[in-house]
Amino acid sequence: MPRLAVLVGTRKGLFVLSADRARRKWRMDGPHFLGEGVNHAVADPRDGRTLLAAVKAGHLGPTVFRSADSGATWSEAARPPQFDKARAGAAGDAVDHVFWLTPGHARHPGRWYAGTSPQGLFVSNDGGATWEGVAGFNDQRATAPWIARGQDAPPDGATLHSINLDPADPRHLYVGLSTGGVFESHDAGASWKPLNRGCAADFLPDPEAEYGHDPHCLRVHPRSGDVYQQNHCGIYRLDRAMRRWERIGNAMPPEVGDIGFPLVLHPRDPARLWVFPMDGTTVWPRTPVGGRPAVYGSRDAGRSWKRMDRGLPPSQAWFTVKRQAMGADSLDPLGLYFGTTNGEVWASFDEGANWHCLCLHLPQVHSVEAALLA
Amino acid sequence: MRVILPSPLASYTANRREVEALGGTVDELLADLDRRYPGIRFRMVDEQGAIRAHIKIFVNRGQVASIASPLAPGDEVLVVAALSGG
Repeated sequence: MPRLAVLVGTRKGLFVLSADRARRKWRMDGPHFLGEGVNHAVADPRDGRTLLAAVKAGHLGPTVFRSADSGATWSEAARPPQFDKARAGAAGDAVDHVFWLTPGHARHPGRWYAGTSPQGLFVSNDGGATWEGVAGFNDQRATAPWIARGQDAPPDGATLHSINLDPADPRHLYVGLSTGGVFESHDAGASWKPLNRGCAADFLPDPEAEYGHDPHCLRVHPRSGDVYQQNHCGIYRLDRAMRRWERIGNAMPPEVGDIGFPLVLHPRDPARLWVFPMDGTTVWPRTPVGGRPAVYGSRDAGRSWKRMDRGLPPSQAWFTVKRQAMGADSLDPLGLYFGTTNGEVWASFDEGANWHCLCLHLPQVHSVEAALLA
Repeated sequence: MRVILPSPLASYTANRREVEALGGTVDELLADLDRRYPGIRFRMVDEQGAIRAHIKIFVNRGQVASIASPLAPGDEVLVVAALSGG
Protein backbone atom coordinates (compact mmCIF):
# COMPACT_ATOMS: atom_id res chain seq x y z
CA MET A 1 0.00 0.00 0.00
CA PRO A 2 1.60 3.34 -0.96
CA ARG A 3 2.25 5.75 1.88
CA LEU A 4 1.63 9.45 1.78
CA ALA A 5 4.79 11.54 2.11
CA VAL A 6 5.14 15.28 2.43
CA LEU A 7 8.65 16.35 1.44
CA VAL A 8 9.64 19.49 3.34
CA GLY A 9 12.73 21.23 1.99
CA THR A 10 14.17 23.72 4.45
CA ARG A 11 17.06 26.08 4.90
CA LYS A 12 18.83 23.43 7.00
CA GLY A 13 17.86 20.11 5.44
CA LEU A 14 15.08 17.86 4.18
CA PHE A 15 12.35 16.43 6.39
CA VAL A 16 9.79 13.82 5.33
CA LEU A 17 6.39 13.66 7.01
CA SER A 18 4.65 10.34 6.40
CA ALA A 19 1.15 8.99 7.01
CA ASP A 20 -1.14 6.25 5.83
CA ARG A 21 -3.90 7.18 3.44
CA ALA A 22 -6.27 8.02 6.32
CA ARG A 23 -3.84 10.85 7.22
CA ARG A 24 -4.52 10.46 10.96
CA LYS A 25 -1.10 9.46 12.34
CA TRP A 26 2.01 11.18 11.13
CA ARG A 27 5.68 10.58 11.72
CA MET A 28 8.74 12.56 10.74
CA ASP A 29 11.84 11.19 9.06
CA GLY A 30 15.04 13.17 8.82
CA PRO A 31 16.78 15.46 8.70
CA HIS A 32 18.49 14.50 5.48
CA PHE A 33 21.37 16.81 4.45
CA LEU A 34 21.40 18.50 7.87
CA GLY A 35 22.79 22.00 7.61
CA GLU A 36 22.43 22.21 3.84
CA GLY A 37 19.74 24.27 2.14
CA VAL A 38 17.15 22.24 0.24
CA ASN A 39 15.38 24.53 -2.19
CA HIS A 40 13.11 21.87 -3.63
CA ALA A 41 12.52 18.15 -3.05
CA VAL A 42 10.19 16.37 -5.45
CA ALA A 43 8.92 12.80 -5.91
CA ASP A 44 8.56 11.20 -9.32
CA PRO A 45 4.87 10.42 -9.88
CA ARG A 46 5.82 8.05 -12.71
CA ASP A 47 7.43 5.44 -10.45
CA GLY A 48 6.46 6.49 -6.92
CA ARG A 49 9.94 5.85 -5.53
CA THR A 50 12.45 8.27 -7.09
CA LEU A 51 13.06 11.49 -5.17
CA LEU A 52 15.25 14.41 -6.22
CA ALA A 53 16.50 17.16 -3.94
CA ALA A 54 18.20 20.45 -4.89
CA VAL A 55 20.89 20.91 -2.24
CA LYS A 56 23.39 23.61 -1.40
CA ALA A 57 25.40 24.37 1.70
CA GLY A 58 26.32 28.00 2.25
CA HIS A 59 29.99 27.43 1.46
CA LEU A 60 29.89 24.60 -1.09
CA GLY A 61 28.74 24.42 -4.68
CA PRO A 62 25.21 23.45 -5.67
CA THR A 63 24.18 19.91 -6.43
CA VAL A 64 21.31 17.48 -6.81
CA PHE A 65 20.81 14.35 -4.76
CA ARG A 66 18.75 11.41 -5.93
CA SER A 67 17.03 8.60 -4.06
CA ALA A 68 15.77 5.52 -5.89
CA ASP A 69 14.21 3.99 -2.78
CA SER A 70 11.71 6.59 -1.55
CA GLY A 71 14.28 8.44 0.53
CA ALA A 72 15.95 5.53 2.36
CA THR A 73 19.31 6.24 0.69
CA TRP A 74 20.63 9.12 -1.40
CA SER A 75 23.37 9.52 -3.99
CA GLU A 76 24.72 12.68 -5.56
CA ALA A 77 24.31 13.48 -9.25
CA ALA A 78 27.45 12.50 -11.14
CA ARG A 79 27.10 15.71 -13.15
CA PRO A 80 24.97 18.36 -11.40
CA PRO A 81 23.45 21.23 -13.42
CA GLN A 82 26.24 23.53 -14.62
CA PHE A 83 26.65 26.03 -17.42
CA ASP A 84 29.03 25.38 -20.31
CA LYS A 85 32.59 26.49 -19.72
CA ALA A 86 33.22 29.82 -21.41
CA ARG A 87 35.83 30.02 -24.13
CA ALA A 88 39.27 31.20 -23.03
CA GLY A 89 39.28 34.84 -22.00
CA ALA A 90 35.50 35.14 -21.88
CA ALA A 91 33.41 35.49 -18.74
CA GLY A 92 31.06 32.63 -18.01
CA ASP A 93 28.26 32.08 -15.56
CA ALA A 94 28.25 29.56 -12.75
CA VAL A 95 25.17 28.01 -11.16
CA ASP A 96 24.75 29.44 -7.67
CA HIS A 97 21.88 27.17 -6.68
CA VAL A 98 19.36 24.79 -8.16
CA PHE A 99 16.00 26.33 -7.33
CA TRP A 100 13.32 24.20 -8.97
CA LEU A 101 12.84 20.56 -10.02
CA THR A 102 10.10 19.17 -12.27
CA PRO A 103 9.58 15.56 -13.39
CA GLY A 104 9.26 15.17 -17.16
CA HIS A 105 6.24 14.04 -19.13
CA ALA A 106 4.76 10.59 -18.52
CA ARG A 107 5.90 9.59 -22.03
CA HIS A 108 9.53 10.26 -21.03
CA PRO A 109 10.31 8.18 -17.94
CA GLY A 110 13.57 9.27 -16.34
CA ARG A 111 13.45 12.80 -17.72
CA TRP A 112 13.61 15.70 -15.26
CA TYR A 113 14.02 19.45 -15.59
CA ALA A 114 15.84 21.84 -13.25
CA GLY A 115 15.75 25.62 -12.99
CA THR A 116 18.65 27.53 -11.48
CA SER A 117 19.94 30.86 -10.28
CA PRO A 118 21.31 32.58 -12.33
CA GLN A 119 18.47 31.75 -14.69
CA GLY A 120 19.25 28.49 -16.48
CA LEU A 121 17.26 25.49 -17.65
CA PHE A 122 18.68 21.97 -17.42
CA VAL A 123 17.45 18.50 -18.34
CA SER A 124 18.31 15.01 -17.17
CA ASN A 125 17.32 11.90 -19.09
CA ASP A 126 18.60 9.41 -16.54
CA GLY A 127 16.53 10.15 -13.48
CA GLY A 128 18.69 13.02 -12.25
CA ALA A 129 22.10 11.32 -12.37
CA THR A 130 23.53 13.59 -15.08
CA TRP A 131 22.33 17.00 -16.30
CA GLU A 132 22.81 19.00 -19.49
CA GLY A 133 21.83 22.56 -20.30
CA VAL A 134 18.79 23.07 -22.52
CA ALA A 135 20.72 24.83 -25.26
CA GLY A 136 17.72 26.65 -26.70
CA PHE A 137 17.35 28.51 -23.43
CA ASN A 138 20.85 28.67 -21.98
CA ASP A 139 22.61 29.68 -25.21
CA GLN A 140 20.56 32.88 -25.47
CA ARG A 141 21.23 33.93 -21.88
CA ALA A 142 24.03 36.34 -22.79
CA THR A 143 21.95 38.34 -25.24
CA ALA A 144 18.29 37.89 -24.30
CA PRO A 145 16.95 41.12 -22.78
CA TRP A 146 14.56 39.25 -20.49
CA ILE A 147 17.33 37.52 -18.52
CA ALA A 148 17.59 39.30 -15.17
CA ARG A 149 20.96 40.79 -14.36
CA GLY A 150 22.41 42.88 -11.55
CA GLN A 151 19.83 45.13 -9.94
CA ASP A 152 16.97 43.38 -11.74
CA ALA A 153 17.58 40.25 -9.72
CA PRO A 154 15.73 39.49 -6.47
CA PRO A 155 17.79 39.50 -3.23
CA ASP A 156 18.59 35.76 -3.39
CA GLY A 157 19.37 35.92 -7.10
CA ALA A 158 17.31 35.73 -10.26
CA THR A 159 15.64 32.36 -10.66
CA LEU A 160 14.15 30.14 -13.32
CA HIS A 161 11.22 28.37 -11.69
CA SER A 162 7.76 26.93 -12.35
CA ILE A 163 8.85 24.52 -15.08
CA ASN A 164 5.60 23.03 -16.40
CA LEU A 165 4.71 20.65 -19.20
CA ASP A 166 1.59 20.59 -21.33
CA PRO A 167 -0.05 17.23 -20.51
CA ALA A 168 -1.13 16.88 -24.14
CA ASP A 169 2.26 17.70 -25.68
CA PRO A 170 5.60 16.91 -24.02
CA ARG A 171 7.35 19.32 -26.42
CA HIS A 172 5.33 22.24 -25.02
CA LEU A 173 7.14 23.70 -21.99
CA TYR A 174 6.48 26.70 -19.76
CA VAL A 175 8.92 28.43 -17.40
CA GLY A 176 8.74 31.42 -15.07
CA LEU A 177 11.60 33.90 -14.75
CA SER A 178 11.83 36.14 -11.71
CA THR A 179 12.24 38.61 -13.09
CA GLY A 180 11.62 38.20 -16.81
CA GLY A 181 8.11 36.80 -17.11
CA VAL A 182 6.47 33.62 -18.35
CA PHE A 183 7.97 31.97 -21.44
CA GLU A 184 6.86 28.98 -23.47
CA SER A 185 8.44 26.65 -25.99
CA HIS A 186 6.60 24.45 -28.50
CA ASP A 187 9.72 22.62 -29.67
CA ALA A 188 11.02 20.92 -26.51
CA GLY A 189 13.02 23.97 -25.47
CA ALA A 190 14.74 24.81 -28.76
CA SER A 191 13.07 28.24 -28.96
CA TRP A 192 11.14 30.40 -26.52
CA LYS A 193 8.55 33.16 -26.69
CA PRO A 194 7.25 35.48 -23.97
CA LEU A 195 3.74 34.82 -22.71
CA ASN A 196 2.87 37.89 -20.69
CA ARG A 197 0.18 39.86 -22.53
CA GLY A 198 -2.52 41.06 -20.18
CA CYS A 199 -0.37 40.54 -17.11
CA ALA A 200 0.35 43.62 -15.01
CA ALA A 201 3.89 44.74 -14.24
CA ASP A 202 3.33 47.92 -12.26
CA PHE A 203 7.08 48.35 -11.81
CA LEU A 204 7.56 48.78 -15.59
CA PRO A 205 6.69 51.94 -17.53
CA ASP A 206 5.00 50.07 -20.39
CA PRO A 207 1.65 48.57 -19.29
CA GLU A 208 1.79 46.17 -22.26
CA ALA A 209 5.43 45.17 -21.84
CA GLU A 210 6.29 41.95 -23.66
CA TYR A 211 8.61 40.78 -20.88
CA GLY A 212 10.12 41.91 -17.58
CA HIS A 213 7.26 40.60 -15.42
CA ASP A 214 7.59 38.75 -12.15
CA PRO A 215 5.64 35.50 -12.07
CA HIS A 216 5.81 34.04 -8.58
CA CYS A 217 4.30 30.64 -9.32
CA LEU A 218 2.96 29.17 -12.57
CA ARG A 219 0.87 25.99 -12.61
CA VAL A 220 -0.41 23.98 -15.58
CA HIS A 221 -3.25 21.60 -14.83
CA PRO A 222 -2.01 18.01 -15.23
CA ARG A 223 -5.12 16.90 -17.14
CA SER A 224 -6.72 19.87 -18.86
CA GLY A 225 -3.63 21.97 -19.52
CA ASP A 226 -5.27 25.09 -18.06
CA VAL A 227 -2.64 27.63 -16.97
CA TYR A 228 -2.73 29.81 -13.86
CA GLN A 229 -0.17 32.06 -12.22
CA GLN A 230 0.30 33.91 -8.98
CA ASN A 231 2.21 36.95 -10.09
CA HIS A 232 3.92 39.82 -8.28
CA CYS A 233 0.94 41.93 -9.36
CA GLY A 234 -2.01 39.57 -9.00
CA ILE A 235 -3.59 36.19 -9.75
CA TYR A 236 -4.10 35.27 -13.39
CA ARG A 237 -5.63 32.61 -15.63
CA LEU A 238 -4.45 32.24 -19.21
CA ASP A 239 -7.00 32.60 -21.99
CA ARG A 240 -5.26 30.12 -24.25
CA ALA A 241 -7.21 31.04 -27.39
CA MET A 242 -6.45 34.75 -26.99
CA ARG A 243 -2.92 34.07 -25.62
CA ARG A 244 -3.69 36.65 -22.96
CA TRP A 245 -3.84 36.60 -19.15
CA GLU A 246 -7.07 37.41 -17.32
CA ARG A 247 -6.74 38.82 -13.81
CA ILE A 248 -8.92 36.49 -11.76
CA GLY A 249 -7.52 38.09 -8.61
CA ASN A 250 -9.85 41.00 -9.21
CA ALA A 251 -12.53 38.88 -7.55
CA MET A 252 -10.53 38.69 -4.31
CA PRO A 253 -11.69 40.90 -1.40
CA PRO A 254 -10.04 44.29 -1.98
CA GLU A 255 -8.92 44.52 1.64
CA VAL A 256 -6.94 41.29 1.14
CA GLY A 257 -5.75 41.80 -2.40
CA ASP A 258 -4.29 39.21 -4.73
CA ILE A 259 -0.57 39.33 -3.98
CA GLY A 260 1.18 36.16 -2.87
CA PHE A 261 3.66 33.48 -3.83
CA PRO A 262 2.21 29.93 -4.09
CA LEU A 263 -0.70 28.67 -6.15
CA VAL A 264 -2.09 25.13 -5.99
CA LEU A 265 -4.42 23.36 -8.45
CA HIS A 266 -6.81 20.50 -7.75
CA PRO A 267 -5.32 17.58 -9.70
CA ARG A 268 -8.74 16.36 -10.87
CA ASP A 269 -10.69 19.60 -11.31
CA PRO A 270 -9.07 22.44 -13.30
CA ALA A 271 -11.62 24.96 -11.99
CA ARG A 272 -10.45 24.56 -8.39
CA LEU A 273 -7.38 26.35 -7.01
CA TRP A 274 -5.96 27.79 -3.82
CA VAL A 275 -3.68 30.73 -3.04
CA PHE A 276 -2.11 32.21 0.09
CA PRO A 277 -2.46 36.01 0.02
CA MET A 278 0.39 38.11 1.36
CA ASP A 279 0.68 41.79 2.21
CA GLY A 280 2.08 43.47 -0.91
CA THR A 281 1.46 47.04 0.18
CA THR A 282 3.98 49.75 1.10
CA VAL A 283 7.40 48.06 1.46
CA TRP A 284 6.04 44.59 0.66
CA PRO A 285 6.08 42.87 4.08
CA ARG A 286 5.14 39.53 2.40
CA THR A 287 3.29 38.49 5.57
CA PRO A 288 -0.34 37.42 6.05
CA VAL A 289 -2.59 40.44 5.58
CA GLY A 290 -3.13 41.99 9.01
CA GLY A 291 -1.25 39.12 10.64
CA ARG A 292 -4.26 36.84 10.05
CA PRO A 293 -3.18 33.99 7.76
CA ALA A 294 -5.73 32.54 5.38
CA VAL A 295 -5.89 30.35 2.33
CA TYR A 296 -8.33 31.48 -0.35
CA GLY A 297 -9.94 28.88 -2.57
CA SER A 298 -11.93 29.07 -5.76
CA ARG A 299 -14.28 26.46 -7.26
CA ASP A 300 -14.99 28.37 -10.46
CA ALA A 301 -11.59 29.08 -11.99
CA GLY A 302 -11.17 32.28 -10.03
CA ARG A 303 -14.50 33.98 -10.65
CA SER A 304 -15.15 33.88 -6.90
CA TRP A 305 -13.04 33.11 -3.84
CA LYS A 306 -13.71 31.81 -0.34
CA ARG A 307 -11.63 32.56 2.75
CA MET A 308 -10.44 29.30 4.39
CA ASP A 309 -8.79 30.00 7.74
CA ARG A 310 -10.48 27.67 10.22
CA GLY A 311 -7.75 26.30 12.50
CA LEU A 312 -5.10 28.80 11.46
CA PRO A 313 -3.81 31.39 13.97
CA PRO A 314 -6.50 34.09 14.33
CA SER A 315 -4.07 36.98 14.77
CA GLN A 316 -0.46 38.05 15.18
CA ALA A 317 0.99 35.48 12.76
CA TRP A 318 3.61 37.02 10.50
CA PHE A 319 5.22 34.19 8.57
CA THR A 320 5.70 33.98 4.82
CA VAL A 321 4.77 31.05 2.58
CA LYS A 322 7.25 30.74 -0.27
CA ARG A 323 6.32 29.93 -3.87
CA GLN A 324 7.13 26.22 -3.76
CA ALA A 325 6.03 25.78 -0.11
CA MET A 326 2.39 24.87 -0.76
CA GLY A 327 1.05 21.75 -2.43
CA ALA A 328 -1.63 19.10 -2.61
CA ASP A 329 -1.75 15.33 -2.35
CA SER A 330 -3.87 13.26 -4.74
CA LEU A 331 -6.27 11.69 -2.24
CA ASP A 332 -10.03 12.21 -1.98
CA PRO A 333 -10.90 14.53 -0.35
CA LEU A 334 -7.83 16.39 -1.42
CA GLY A 335 -5.18 17.20 1.18
CA LEU A 336 -3.52 20.60 1.11
CA TYR A 337 -0.21 21.48 2.80
CA PHE A 338 1.89 24.58 3.32
CA GLY A 339 5.13 25.36 5.13
CA THR A 340 6.14 28.65 6.66
CA THR A 341 9.28 30.69 7.03
CA ASN A 342 9.13 30.10 10.80
CA GLY A 343 9.28 26.33 10.39
CA GLU A 344 5.66 25.23 10.68
CA VAL A 345 3.86 22.78 8.39
CA TRP A 346 0.08 23.08 8.15
CA ALA A 347 -2.34 20.62 6.54
CA SER A 348 -5.98 20.39 5.58
CA PHE A 349 -7.56 17.02 4.85
CA ASP A 350 -10.85 18.46 3.64
CA GLU A 351 -9.73 20.66 0.76
CA GLY A 352 -9.02 23.73 2.86
CA ALA A 353 -12.07 23.80 5.14
CA ASN A 354 -10.10 22.99 8.33
CA TRP A 355 -6.39 23.37 9.02
CA HIS A 356 -4.12 21.47 11.42
CA CYS A 357 -0.51 22.12 12.38
CA LEU A 358 1.55 19.02 11.52
CA CYS A 359 4.80 20.23 13.06
CA LEU A 360 6.64 23.17 14.58
CA HIS A 361 10.24 24.22 14.98
CA LEU A 362 11.66 23.19 11.64
CA PRO A 363 14.10 25.52 9.89
CA GLN A 364 12.67 28.01 7.42
CA VAL A 365 10.57 26.04 4.93
CA HIS A 366 11.53 26.42 1.29
CA SER A 367 9.33 23.78 -0.33
CA VAL A 368 6.47 21.41 0.36
CA GLU A 369 5.57 18.57 -2.01
CA ALA A 370 3.13 15.75 -1.26
CA ALA A 371 3.32 12.37 -3.00
CA LEU A 372 2.26 8.74 -2.71
CA LEU A 373 5.41 6.63 -2.35
CA ALA A 374 5.80 2.91 -2.81
CA MET B 1 50.87 14.81 -1.53
CA ARG B 2 48.93 15.47 1.62
CA VAL B 3 45.59 17.27 1.33
CA ILE B 4 43.73 18.48 4.40
CA LEU B 5 39.99 18.95 3.91
CA PRO B 6 37.35 20.85 5.91
CA SER B 7 34.46 19.16 7.68
CA PRO B 8 31.81 20.17 5.08
CA LEU B 9 33.57 17.87 2.59
CA ALA B 10 33.98 14.93 4.97
CA SER B 11 30.93 13.15 3.54
CA TYR B 12 32.92 12.58 0.33
CA THR B 13 35.91 10.97 2.03
CA ALA B 14 34.25 8.68 4.57
CA ASN B 15 35.06 11.33 7.19
CA ARG B 16 38.79 11.34 6.48
CA ARG B 17 40.11 14.88 6.86
CA GLU B 18 43.59 14.07 5.55
CA VAL B 19 43.87 12.34 2.18
CA GLU B 20 46.46 11.81 -0.53
CA ALA B 21 46.23 13.09 -4.12
CA LEU B 22 48.57 13.77 -7.04
CA GLY B 23 49.02 16.65 -9.47
CA GLY B 24 51.41 19.20 -10.92
CA THR B 25 48.88 22.00 -10.43
CA VAL B 26 46.00 22.60 -8.05
CA ASP B 27 43.67 21.85 -10.98
CA GLU B 28 45.29 18.45 -11.55
CA LEU B 29 45.23 17.73 -7.83
CA LEU B 30 41.50 18.51 -7.65
CA ALA B 31 40.87 16.31 -10.68
CA ASP B 32 42.69 13.45 -8.96
CA LEU B 33 40.71 14.07 -5.78
CA ASP B 34 37.51 13.91 -7.83
CA ARG B 35 38.53 10.55 -9.29
CA ARG B 36 39.05 9.22 -5.79
CA TYR B 37 36.02 10.98 -4.25
CA PRO B 38 33.48 11.66 -7.03
CA GLY B 39 31.68 14.99 -6.84
CA ILE B 40 34.08 16.69 -4.43
CA ARG B 41 35.68 19.04 -7.00
CA PHE B 42 32.44 20.75 -8.12
CA ARG B 43 31.62 21.71 -4.57
CA MET B 44 34.95 23.60 -4.32
CA VAL B 45 35.35 24.93 -7.88
CA ASP B 46 32.62 26.15 -10.24
CA GLU B 47 32.12 25.22 -13.89
CA GLN B 48 34.26 28.17 -15.02
CA GLY B 49 37.21 26.94 -12.96
CA ALA B 50 36.89 29.59 -10.24
CA ILE B 51 37.45 28.66 -6.61
CA ARG B 52 34.05 29.14 -4.92
CA ALA B 53 33.51 32.26 -2.83
CA HIS B 54 33.63 30.55 0.54
CA ILE B 55 36.38 28.07 -0.24
CA LYS B 56 40.04 28.99 0.29
CA ILE B 57 42.95 26.86 -0.88
CA PHE B 58 46.38 27.16 0.67
CA VAL B 59 49.64 25.57 -0.54
CA ASN B 60 52.22 25.36 2.22
CA ARG B 61 50.26 28.05 4.14
CA GLY B 62 50.17 30.45 1.19
CA GLN B 63 46.75 31.13 -0.29
CA VAL B 64 46.36 30.51 -4.03
CA ALA B 65 44.00 32.56 -6.16
CA SER B 66 43.75 30.20 -9.09
CA ILE B 67 43.59 26.47 -9.68
CA ALA B 68 46.37 26.97 -12.25
CA SER B 69 48.83 27.38 -9.40
CA PRO B 70 51.73 24.90 -9.65
CA LEU B 71 52.46 22.22 -7.10
CA ALA B 72 55.71 20.49 -6.29
CA PRO B 73 56.26 17.06 -4.78
CA GLY B 74 55.98 17.29 -1.01
CA ASP B 75 53.69 20.32 -1.01
CA GLU B 76 50.87 20.31 1.49
CA VAL B 77 47.45 21.53 0.39
CA LEU B 78 44.94 22.89 2.87
CA VAL B 79 41.32 23.51 1.89
CA VAL B 80 39.30 25.79 4.16
CA ALA B 81 35.54 26.32 4.05
CA ALA B 82 34.83 29.81 5.36
CA LEU B 83 31.45 29.59 7.06
CA SER B 84 28.92 32.28 6.36
CA GLY B 85 25.34 33.09 7.28
CA GLY B 86 23.41 31.87 10.28
